[in-house]
Amino acid sequence: MTPRRKRLYVVLGILGGVAASVALAVMASRENIMFYYDPSQVAMGKAPVAKRFRVGGMVVKGSVTRAPGALQVRFVLTDFAHQVPVEYTGVLPDLFREGQGIIAHGTLNSRGAFVADEVLAKHDEKYMPPEVAASLKNKSAVKPAGLAPAQARPGVI
Amino acid sequence: MGGYARFVWPSFAVALIIFAWNLWSAGNLHAAAKVRVARAVAMALKERT
Amino acid sequence: MWTWFYRLASPPYVYGVAATLTPWLLAGAVVALGYGEGVGLFFAPADYQQGDAFRIIYVHVPAGWISMFCYSTMAIAGAIALIWRIKIGHAVAAAAAPIGASFTLLALVTGSLWGRPMWGTYWVWDPRLTSELILLFLYIGVMSLRSAFEDPARGDRAAALLGLVGGVNIPIIHYSVVWWNSLHQGATVAKFGKPTMALSMLVPLLACFLGFMLFFGAVLCMRLRGEVLNRERQAKWVREAIKT
Repeated sequence: MTPRRKRLYVVLGILGGVAASVALAVMASRENIMFYYDPSQVAMGKAPVAKRFRVGGMVVKGSVTRAPGALQVRFVLTDFAHQVPVEYTGVLPDLFREGQGIIAHGTLNSRGAFVADEVLAKHDEKYMPPEVAASLKNKSAVKPAGLAPAQARPGVI
Repeated sequence: MGGYARFVWPSFAVALIIFAWNLWSAGNLHAAAKVRVARAVAMALKERT
Repeated sequence: MWTWFYRLASPPYVYGVAATLTPWLLAGAVVALGYGEGVGLFFAPADYQQGDAFRIIYVHVPAGWISMFCYSTMAIAGAIALIWRIKIGHAVAAAAAPIGASFTLLALVTGSLWGRPMWGTYWVWDPRLTSELILLFLYIGVMSLRSAFEDPARGDRAAALLGLVGGVNIPIIHYSVVWWNSLHQGATVAKFGKPTMALSMLVPLLACFLGFMLFFGAVLCMRLRGEVLNRERQAKWVREAIKT
């Protein structure tokens, strides 16, 4: 075997090693790569039990209630098929509002409510000046912000 | 300038730093290579004499 | 017909062309960035949801684009060098890596500064964010692999191989927001159909894209000249070239 040939095999070996480890990493993370679950997946029992996970959905209009004098908030998340009630204590992001897509991180309690310790706001890929948004809203053509893609593909891999 | 102060300006400042670093680093790489070649040429000349 | 291709493979020719291109690319970048960033910062309307903080888009999105475009440039140059034994390809790949790494860092930092006010966090292990971080590690890996060998030619080949293998990450980054439920919003401009952005915001963004591309080209030419000189140190034309 010429030294040149040997080097080729070494390189091929490294290449194979890298490919194998990447494949393994992808397989291993396949379960966890899902960043959040839809309320439908939670309702169907696909979300992990007794484990922390994220649930993403739209805040139902008129569902936000705040405990007086405390940071506790309750609201309902929906993906227009199922709903999940959420309880959260803490500071909400600026973009949190009714009709907005958000992602909550926490656990399901025994009463089927989601107890969150972190709430992230999701915004969509649409950018426009406020006047345009207002005129669109008047024509009632504006869709609820955020989560539109997830909603179009329920239960993606 | 309400929304600008906390996050927009820092972003643009970081961008400026990255741009400046790129220019400096690229110029530096070329200048250093030139110096290296010049030194090699000088060495070769010295050996010949 | 192939003569232009062979000339492109000749180091002295590339060295000269890069020198000619650099000032033009830099001038174009200054104009495009001056317009795009200026209008984006001061004249584009604030977003209906995000207010003024959305202006981070004018550095974040072009930086993310360059981070991926530069990686493709590096991987393709490395592949050409591996397959056809064209040495200039390795020089291009070596010149591209640090630029790409710096723009990946810029995309990550500005994304973080955008995420804090909008999402409510500087960082999450979201597919888009994670794959972009892997891109930064790939750049660092390619650069360190190149310098890890005593024989520079072997270092070049190893770096080109790693660059090629790491290329799978590029489509993963782009489609991460489609394939997986993600906190990161979907594509606004780089997709089929109409961009979902008001024209008054989109025009400066496109100017910023152009400016970033021209700047990338300029810096690539500058670095390429340095790389070529370093690699061709022994050649006669180099001694002639540095006299001027």
